[in-house]
Amino acid sequence: MARPVSTDAPDSTTVETPDRPEQLGPVFKAAAGPAKWADERLGIAGLARSNLRKVFPDHWSFLLGEIALYAFIICLLSGVFLTLWFRPSMAEIEYEGSYQLLRGLPMSEAYASTIELSFDIRGGLLMRQIHHWGALLFIAAMFAHMLRVFFTGAFRKPRELNWLLGVGLIAIGMIEGFAGYSLPDDLLSGTGLRFVDGLVRSIPVVGTWLEFLVFGGEFPGDIIVARLYIAHVLLIPGIILGLIAAHLALVVYHKHTQFPGPGRTEKNVVGYPLFPVYMAKAGGFFFIVFGAIILMSATMQINPVWKYGAYNPEQVTAGSQPDWYMGWVEGAVRIMPGWESHIGGTTWSWNVFLPAVVLMGLLFTVMGVYPFIEQWVTKDKSEHHLLERPRNNPTRTAFGIAAMSCYAMFWLGGGNDIIATQFHVSLNAVTYFLRAAVFVVPVIAFIVTKRICISLQRSDIDRLLHGAESGIIDRSPEGGYAERHVPVSDEEAFMLTEHQPRKVAELEAGEDETGVSTGKGGLKERMRVKASGFYYADQPEKLTSEELAEAKAHILGHEDHAELESNAHANGSQSEDSQSEDSQSDEITAGEDEQAGTTPS
Amino acid sequence: MRLLSSRRRHPATRALFLALALSLMGVLYATVAPTAPSSAEGPSSTQIEEGQALYRTGCASCHGLNAEGTSQGPTLIGVGAGSVDFQMGTGRMPAAAPHAQIPAKPKVYSDDEIAAIAAYIGSLDLGIAIPDIGQYSMEKPARGQFPAGHDGDVAYETALDEYYRVVAIGGELFRTNCSACHNYQGTGGALPGGKHAPSLEGVEGRYILEAMRIGPQQMPVFSADVISDEEAAAMITYLEELHGQRNNGGLGLGGFGPVGEGLWAWLIGIGGLICFAIWITRKGVRAK
Repeated sequence: MARPVSTDAPDSTTVETPDRPEQLGPVFKAAAGPAKWADERLGIAGLARSNLRKVFPDHWSFLLGEIALYAFIICLLSGVFLTLWFRPSMAEIEYEGSYQLLRGLPMSEAYASTIELSFDIRGGLLMRQIHHWGALLFIAAMFAHMLRVFFTGAFRKPRELNWLLGVGLIAIGMIEGFAGYSLPDDLLSGTGLRFVDGLVRSIPVVGTWLEFLVFGGEFPGDIIVARLYIAHVLLIPGIILGLIAAHLALVVYHKHTQFPGPGRTEKNVVGYPLFPVYMAKAGGFFFIVFGAIILMSATMQINPVWKYGAYNPEQVTAGSQPDWYMGWVEGAVRIMPGWESHIGGTTWSWNVFLPAVVLMGLLFTVMGVYPFIEQWVTKDKSEHHLLERPRNNPTRTAFGIAAMSCYAMFWLGGGNDIIATQFHVSLNAVTYFLRAAVFVVPVIAFIVTKRICISLQRSDIDRLLHGAESGIIDRSPEGGYAERHVPVSDEEAFMLTEHQPRKVAELEAGEDETGVSTGKGGLKERMRVKASGFYYADQPEKLTSEELAEAKAHILGHEDHAELESNAHANGSQSEDSQSEDSQSDEITAGEDEQAGTTPS
Repeated sequence: MRLLSSRRRHPATRALFLALALSLMGVLYATVAPTAPSSAEGPSSTQIEEGQALYRTGCASCHGLNAEGTSQGPTLIGVGAGSVDFQMGTGRMPAAAPHAQIPAKPKVYSDDEIAAIAAYIGSLDLGIAIPDIGQYSMEKPARGQFPAGHDGDVAYETALDEYYRVVAIGGELFRTNCSACHNYQGTGGALPGGKHAPSLEGVEGRYILEAMRIGPQQMPVFSADVISDEEAAAMITYLEELHGQRNNGGLGLGGFGPVGEGLWAWLIGIGGLICFAIWITRKGVRAK
């Protein structure tokens, strides 16, 4: 592939020897007293010593989880403001507030107080919009973070439990979001509740009883808003906070994963210390997230509840959709054929039960068990702290893209009416297309992604074997043109070769030579070998170090010696320089020391 | 009495009695007989003739020479002038091509020509007449209608409050009867088989009322027995007030509801923050 050698100068910084000031500055002097007082009572110096210098690696994709965390904090803050005025009651009142187009209409207290928040409370509408945009971003960032973890294999040992905590956070975050947008009791949120009511009722045999349990009688009843409110403001945020704490504690305990690169191994973390670098970066990023959400909330209208009107079960509006994270469930229900069966006086609503209840269960089950499936296939019990580049595990990457494409097809189904009106296509055509697409598109996506990943691996090998294009064209005496190639930098070569390609498992003999069963020829083992073949059969072989050395010599030793050598020399000396600088760069390589220092006792 | 009885054999008696009976019948008929639909000007015979000529040129190929209908288009006998006013005034007719649904477009005929064709079709049989402005609009109280001073202020506020209460009921009626297809903001929605409920934004109240009464294409008929003229006027006024209000809370994002919001949350929110994340990881100690 036509990629030039990196023109970026390699990382080189002057050695920073932390020169301790002889004389403390005014700030330190002023802080010394209170710090001592607190330390004598809380022992914070010990905590700070081990944790403030904790090293984190640098990569933009490691900040996706931070976006989720900050969005959640913003939701907590704005949510507290909203609780001061929101009245979680379905008692019917006549609206006499300042929004004229609803004047005199009967509505619930919940809806009336939401309108009041939007029009009569100073800053109320902005706070509502911050809360709503923040919630959308919270869940979107969680999904983006999850995809990053998935595609880089960060869920492997020892992080399986943290992956499960993350899956739980997404599931509970979705429920939290749903409970939240059901509170205003406007036409849209009421329609969403109606949807969930149908979902609950579709559960075979016990559905009706469950509905009565949830709604305290027939839909809509008069207590669901109060129940959702307490779940939304107390119960679920509490669980989320607990899970976040556990999630972050495990990140600290396991230490952060890092992408492969020079000097990075399974036993160290290369990056910068929490204090001061990440304190500043993370703190700054919090304000960026905060600012972005407020900017969106101040300029982009979200959920104009006053236009929807109060919820009235006999009304519905075209374009009723849930918030984006429930859209795929909505879509699945929309494209499902109307199957229903009646067995002995009970109704089995497959048309709702399968796409809503079963499918949602399926997504979270697959997400939850995936790390264990992969572990079973590879029988890999070793710890992994180096991330895998997505191309280096083609089957996993392909599986992830296939799952995403399947999700996307369901997602499109949730907006089939908007697609029909905006792109002037038939609603039925969209629906019929998606019925097939949810099965076909993931298969295509799987095959295409896997092939792309393998091609990328081959191009990496190609780059190692034949070098990078130098941009210098030579004309031979015969008149032919050829571009010179130069070996890739040692850093890049390191990055391209650090992964460990897996071998397909081989079936061991079911019996040893004396005829005693080894217990390894059973059906389970045969399935495992098959799965391993499915995963790793097409994996290109990794280059050996001899091959690499040979390739480098070969590239350098090409025809026109004199010219190339001078070129190669320049290149070589540059990489040598960078290497020597690298070893003394200010990047901190936290090895066993750091590991020992932070292992909680 | 003598005066009358003595003259009952007067030669003029017969003629006078005949005249009296005729005028009595005439008055009786005038009060009982159904009044013809009246439009602003009232169709004149020349207008009807003019309309017929236009009809034969532009409409007859599909709807038949005498509006009896063909395989290409339905009969127009009995649809009324209001139907013509709606179909041609919104540009749906003449149709450019057969579609799952004939879309609205800029009108082809002038207002006078449409009025003439409407008069011609209206003259064929009874049907939906073109409504008067009072049937589809409400008068909004203006401060100028009330005397100056505090009492005038109070009277004006009261009248305005009354006005909005009626409009709010119109909104409730709109959400009950119309929003299932036309969306809660009247921005339209999808229907099966490539059909759609069109947007009501910027549509004249007259056409909305006509559409309710005639039920064009996919739309069901909402007759005056179901929704009275006053209720229809409140619904139409609600839409006008709704579309006229400023967008509280920022850009409307097209009014697509949560689908649009989700799209922007991902594109601007996550997309923008990823740009910042890339920036912030390149900044600081690492930057050269």
